[in-house]
Amino acid sequence: MITFTLNNEKRSVDADPDTPLLWVIRDEIGLTGTKFGCGAGLCGACTVHLDGEPVRSCQTLISDVAELNITTIEGIDGKAAKAIQTAWEEIEVPQCGYCQSGQIMSATSLLAQNPKPSDAEIDEAMDGNVCRCATYVRIRKAIHHASDLMEA
Amino acid sequence: MTTTKALNSSRRTFLKGAGVTTGLLVGFHITGKGVVAASPNHAFSPNAFVRIGTDNLVTVIAKHIEFGQGSHTGLATILSEELDASWEQIRIESAPADARKYNNLFWGPYQGTGGSTAIANSWMQLREAGAKARALLVQAASTEWDVPVTEITVSDGVVRHESSSKEQTFGELSEKASQQQVPEKVQLKTPDQFKLIGRNVNRKDIAPKTNGSAVYTLDISRPGMVVAVVKRPPRFGGLVKSFDDSDAKDIKGYVGTVTTPRGVAVMAKNTWAAIKAREAITVDWDDSQAEMRGSEQIMAEYRELAKTPGLPARNDGDATTAIAEAKHTLEVSYDFPYLAHAPMETLDCVIELTDQGAEVWTGSQIPTGDQQTVATILGLKPEQVIIHTQLAGGSFGRRATSDADMVSEAAMIVKASKGNVPVKVVWTREDDIQGGRYRPAYHHKLKAGLDDQGNITGWQHSIVGQSIVAGTAFEAFLVKDDIDATSVEGAANLPYAIPNISVDLTTTDVKVPVLWWRSVGSTHTAYSTETFIDQLASKAGKDPVDFRRSMLKDHPRHLATLNLVAEKANWGSPITEGRYRGIAVHESFSSVVAQIAEISFDEDGVLKVEKVWCAVDCGTVVNPDIVKAQMEGGIGFGLGAVLRNTVTLDEGIVDQSNFHDYEPLRLTDMPEVDVYIVPSEAAPTGVGEPGVPSIGPAVANAIFAAKGQVVTKLPFSEGMPDLV
Ligand code: FES
Ligand code: FES
Repeated sequence: MITFTLNNEKRSVDADPDTPLLWVIRDEIGLTGTKFGCGAGLCGACTVHLDGEPVRSCQTLISDVAELNITTIEGIDGKAAKAIQTAWEEIEVPQCGYCQSGQIMSATSLLAQNPKPSDAEIDEAMDGNVCRCATYVRIRKAIHHASDLMEA
Repeated sequence: MTTTKALNSSRRTFLKGAGVTTGLLVGFHITGKGVVAASPNHAFSPNAFVRIGTDNLVTVIAKHIEFGQGSHTGLATILSEELDASWEQIRIESAPADARKYNNLFWGPYQGTGGSTAIANSWMQLREAGAKARALLVQAASTEWDVPVTEITVSDGVVRHESSSKEQTFGELSEKASQQQVPEKVQLKTPDQFKLIGRNVNRKDIAPKTNGSAVYTLDISRPGMVVAVVKRPPRFGGLVKSFDDSDAKDIKGYVGTVTTPRGVAVMAKNTWAAIKAREAITVDWDDSQAEMRGSEQIMAEYRELAKTPGLPARNDGDATTAIAEAKHTLEVSYDFPYLAHAPMETLDCVIELTDQGAEVWTGSQIPTGDQQTVATILGLKPEQVIIHTQLAGGSFGRRATSDADMVSEAAMIVKASKGNVPVKVVWTREDDIQGGRYRPAYHHKLKAGLDDQGNITGWQHSIVGQSIVAGTAFEAFLVKDDIDATSVEGAANLPYAIPNISVDLTTTDVKVPVLWWRSVGSTHTAYSTETFIDQLASKAGKDPVDFRRSMLKDHPRHLATLNLVAEKANWGSPITEGRYRGIAVHESFSSVVAQIAEISFDEDGVLKVEKVWCAVDCGTVVNPDIVKAQMEGGIGFGLGAVLRNTVTLDEGIVDQSNFHDYEPLRLTDMPEVDVYIVPSEAAPTGVGEPGVPSIGPAVANAIFAAKGQVVTKLPFSEGMPDLV
């Protein structure tokens, strides 16, 4: 049994210790907002927050999260998350939407740590998140817009 | 499957009399989770595309899949416009598989999404559906209030009689409306009366796509379901000889393995166990029928084949003589690689057998094809197979296979495993990149002659490559005189006024499975023709825009689009030092797109696409912001491919496997994009694909402007490795 906190709820799962957190979240717990895109740390679709830091859940073993706090797209909250989600809606970022949970998780932790990121800082924080629909123009715009929303 | 109890007998008689088939639609609600339940709101279903509940919710039934292109919002906008509904009361639901009601009007008897036709083929159909539903509501109000229909107005979901101050909502009128006779003819709005069309109404799928609640096939779970991953042959055409799963048996959650015509399907209680068990299984393959050639060898053969002309796809005048007699000539050859679609959501499908037949959850791009295939494999009648079309995480053509690729595979597994439990087939990214169905590799050879004024007098274009549609259900529509239209589109219809043009095609026989890839033939023909034009312009000493303009007099849409983008980018005026520009214009799926790319190079000489100006003529625009989004996305999709995407084979085995060696465009690669729409009142044409073709040649022409060299071997990482 491995115990951790997911979206502010204590959870215990009986999974092989080498199971990626991604599949525990999706298949065991049944929260499906976190997506599978590559299984190799290359696309960011599976991004969740581990003690507030963005991590690739496909590369995080369940045994490594014991007693830690995990937040998924379903559980994000706070000023940065709200601003990001509002900006994403206002600018209509998503197309197919499949990458967007991961994009939002990465963008939220960027803004939580750096409320006024420059383009270069956005590049650095977001370059690991692939969007095959190439919504990148709007992702950048929405992060700047969210930053303004946070200031207002 | 439950049948409706919501219909009363008088309704049924009425519907029959009105020539409307009753069925699943009426009174039903198919939720994202696939539960079929009678709607509690006694819905009024004037036709196959709309249902109005007593709760005042209007449900639009979308016959096309939503995989990012905004089809659901667009389709609902068209219907709501003529219905005069308020956008807030609109809900959207995917249509079931039923070719009689939901066929693509451009495809004949098939229901499906592709060729950027969703809006174009639905345009009049949904306007009429909306207008007829509106007419029934008006008639109901007229009867109820005893006033003439001509005195009744409708707006924002409210039906009014001004002079008596009577008004009722759609919901309030829905029961009465269901008793009215559907009118044969209805008056449609004129464009100046549009309230939703042409406006940026908000996309209906945005909120669920920002909070994780949008449901895709991968998210479907059924009681007792097993997850299957398939170990497919490493070479295309390979077959299973034998397998050994003894090492998999120790893996917790491993259920078992079945052999299918597609490979060895490994089933487990969850995805991770299935992936691990597959790694533990060894398979002996029979490669006697497999493709053993490498991609280098295949391309070398294509180059050889290009030396002899193929079958004629176009023949105007006498190109050979014109070129022989020309003052100057130019010949350039191009190599285009295989490309994977790599949709963000890899392929997946869930099938469950029920007492009545089977239910299928998948991103169904051709629902009636998927339905028929599942029925055949499982020995059912098509109507026993229910298709629940899910939102899909992209497709770019990958989900539109005439043999129902991922769906048939799932059905084969269900069959081989006796169908005891629901099965979800999941493709990993490696399966996706290595699984074939690529944009075919092509070789092009272009030759042209110029007179002493710099006018093109002859143009000869040879294309060599595999046919996408040969041997599929689409062959009958798309192959004529042995020419696969998808191999030559964008080349055979070259818009430029050149007196002598020949385009020929050599179709090759290779066992690598191929498929349409966002913008199909135009993915390669736009590149070769538009970069060749720039090289000819340079030889003629002419400006690339002027050169094109002079040959587009008979193509006013091309000309207007070209002029708009040139004007917006201030083509011809001085630009920042160290920057270079290139232009391309191309028609695909009846839309014309012109793009100007501005590039720079960093201190290491690495290319950066700084900005793209894009003009599009896609007829009447239903939703300008979605058109813009599709142009932005098309530009990014096309750019990623020309920069560094290639699928290569070594002795028949694919070299690439995941996003490290098939690396998609990333945020830092994305240029700034400005989109301009050519005003038009013509019927709408496609936007999902037409943004793609022009970007490659526009960037290549900018590189040509900078370096005097054109990349002729794609991607740039192969043809000009220092750039990438
Ligand atoms: S699925 Fe984890 S990074 Fe791609
Ligand atoms: S919105 Fe489709 S992959 Fe990003």
